[in-house]
Amino acid sequence: MLELIRQYDILSAFLATIQLALVSSLGALVIGTFVAVLRVSPVRIFQFAGAAYVNLVRNTPLTLIVFFMFFCLYTLLQWHISPMSARSATHAFQWGVIGLSIYHAAFVAEALRSGVNTVPVGQAEAARAIGLTFSQTLTEIVLPQAFRGAIAPLGNTMIALTKNTTVVSTIGVAEASYAMKNAIEFSPDVLYLIFFVMATGFVVLTLPMGIAFTHFSRKLAVQR
Amino acid sequence: MTAQAVLFDVPGPRAQRINTIVGAVGGALLLGGVGVVVWGLRGELAPEKWAPFLDLDSWVYYVYPGLWMTLQAALVSVVLATLLGFLLGMGRLSHNRAVSWITAAFVEFFRSVPVLMMMLFAYYVSLFAFKLPGELLPIAGVIVGLTLYNSCVMAELIRAGVHGLPKGQREAGLAIGLTQGQTLRSILLPQAITAMLPSLVSQLVVILKDTALGYMVTYPDLVRSLQNLAVVKGNLVVSFLVAAVIFIVINWNLTAFAHWLERKLARRRAGGRAVAMPNLPVAPNPDEPMYTDTEQFEDPASYTR
Repeated sequence: MLELIRQYDILSAFLATIQLALVSSLGALVIGTFVAVLRVSPVRIFQFAGAAYVNLVRNTPLTLIVFFMFFCLYTLLQWHISPMSARSATHAFQWGVIGLSIYHAAFVAEALRSGVNTVPVGQAEAARAIGLTFSQTLTEIVLPQAFRGAIAPLGNTMIALTKNTTVVSTIGVAEASYAMKNAIEFSPDVLYLIFFVMATGFVVLTLPMGIAFTHFSRKLAVQR
Repeated sequence: MTAQAVLFDVPGPRAQRINTIVGAVGGALLLGGVGVVVWGLRGELAPEKWAPFLDLDSWVYYVYPGLWMTLQAALVSVVLATLLGFLLGMGRLSHNRAVSWITAAFVEFFRSVPVLMMMLFAYYVSLFAFKLPGELLPIAGVIVGLTLYNSCVMAELIRAGVHGLPKGQREAGLAIGLTQGQTLRSILLPQAITAMLPSLVSQLVVILKDTALGYMVTYPDLVRSLQNLAVVKGNLVVSFLVAAVIFIVINWNLTAFAHWLERKLARRRAGGRAVAMPNLPVAPNPDEPMYTDTEQFEDPASYTR
C-alpha cells in the first residue's frame, strides 16, 4: 500500500486538494459575506442583486461553472492571472479556485443569512437606540453574532467544498480524484485498494472537520 | 421575522433619499462589473453565435438528447437512492447493535467520499471486474455513483425525521403492545416519510446538478452534448449559457415545488396535532425559505451524535 502511495504520488495529490480547499474557502467566505451583506442591506437594488446571485449560482452545476471559467475565459478569451507563459496546470488551478469560490459563495451567503436570522430583533433595536448607524449595527453587533450562529451551516459548506474540489480534475488539476483515475488506469489489478486509500483520505479530511465545526457551533453559540 | 426587519427600521424620508442615492451609485457599480465581463465576451455573444439555437436541428440532435440523458440519470438515481436510503435508514434505527453500527459506518464513509470519486470507481469496477460492454459503462458509473452518495443522504434524512417526532408516538406504539420493529414501520416511518417529502424533492436538485459530473466518465449529459454542439458551431460561451439557463429553470421550479409541498404539509399538520420536524433541512422557517440544498445543509450534529 505504501508502495502504491509512493508510486502514484498520492500525498502530493492530496496536498493539491488541501490547497484548493483552503484558497477556495477563503475566496468563498469573502464573496459570500459580500453577497450576504447585499441581501440584508436596506437598499432594494442591493437586495435584488444578492438574491439574484444566490438563486442563479446555486442552481447551476459546479462543473458548468468551472468549465465556463477555464474553457471560455481562459482558453477562448485568454484571460489570465499568472503570465500566459506559466504552466497550463497553474492556470487550471487558478481558474478552478475562482470557480469553486464563486459557486460556494452562494451557500456561504445563505449560511450567513440564516445566521443573521438567529440574532434577536432586540439586539439591532438596542444598537439603534444608542445611536449606532446601519453599518455600525451590522459590523459591531449583528455580524459577529451572525457568524457565531452560522458556524454549523458554514461548516457544512466547507465540507462540501472540500469534496467538490474533485470537480476541478475535469479541467486537469492534478488533485486526488485525478490521481485516483490515473492510478486505476495503470494498476487495475489493485482497483479496490486504490479506491479505499483515496476514499479514506477524504474521510480523514472531512470527518474531523465535521466534528470540529459541530463542537465550535455549540461552544461559540451565543447564550440567550 | 425577516432578516431585513432585524437590521433597520422602516426608512423615513431622509433615509429613503440616502438609500436611493446609495442604491443608484452601488447599482451602477454592480452593473459596471457585469458590463466589464459582458464587454469582454462581446465577440462570443454576437448574434451569429446564437443562430445555431434558432435551428431546430440543434435542439433535436444536441439539446433534447442531452437533457433527456441528464433527466434519465437523475430520475433513476433518485428512485434507487430512495429505496437504498430507506433500507439504510431502517438499519441505522435498528435496535440490533451490530446492524445499526454497520449501517452507520457505511453511511458515514460514503457520505464523506466525493460523488465524482464514486462515479470513477463504479465506472472502473464495471469495466475491469464486471467486464460490462463499453456503451453501458458511463451510465453505470453515473447511476451507481449518484445512488451510493444520495442513499446515504436519504438515510440521514429518514433518521432525522424519526428523531424529530414527539417521543409520545413511539411510547404509544410500545404501550399498545407493538414490538420495536412494528412501531418503527407502522407508526414512526410513515410520519417521518411524509415530512421528508420536501427534502426529497430538494435532493433531486442536487442530483440533477451532479449528473454534470458524468462528463468525467463520458456520460453524454446536457453539458457534454452542448459542448459537442459548440465544437461544431464554435459558440462555446452561448452553449454553456443555454445549458446554465436550462438547469436554472428546472432547479428553480423544483425548489418552488418543494416549498409548496412543505407549506401544504405544514398546513395539514397544523390542522391536526403539531408534529415538530426541527432537523429537516428544507426551510426551517416557512416565511423565509433558505435551505434548499441538502447537500450543503445536512445536520452537522449527526456527525457526532
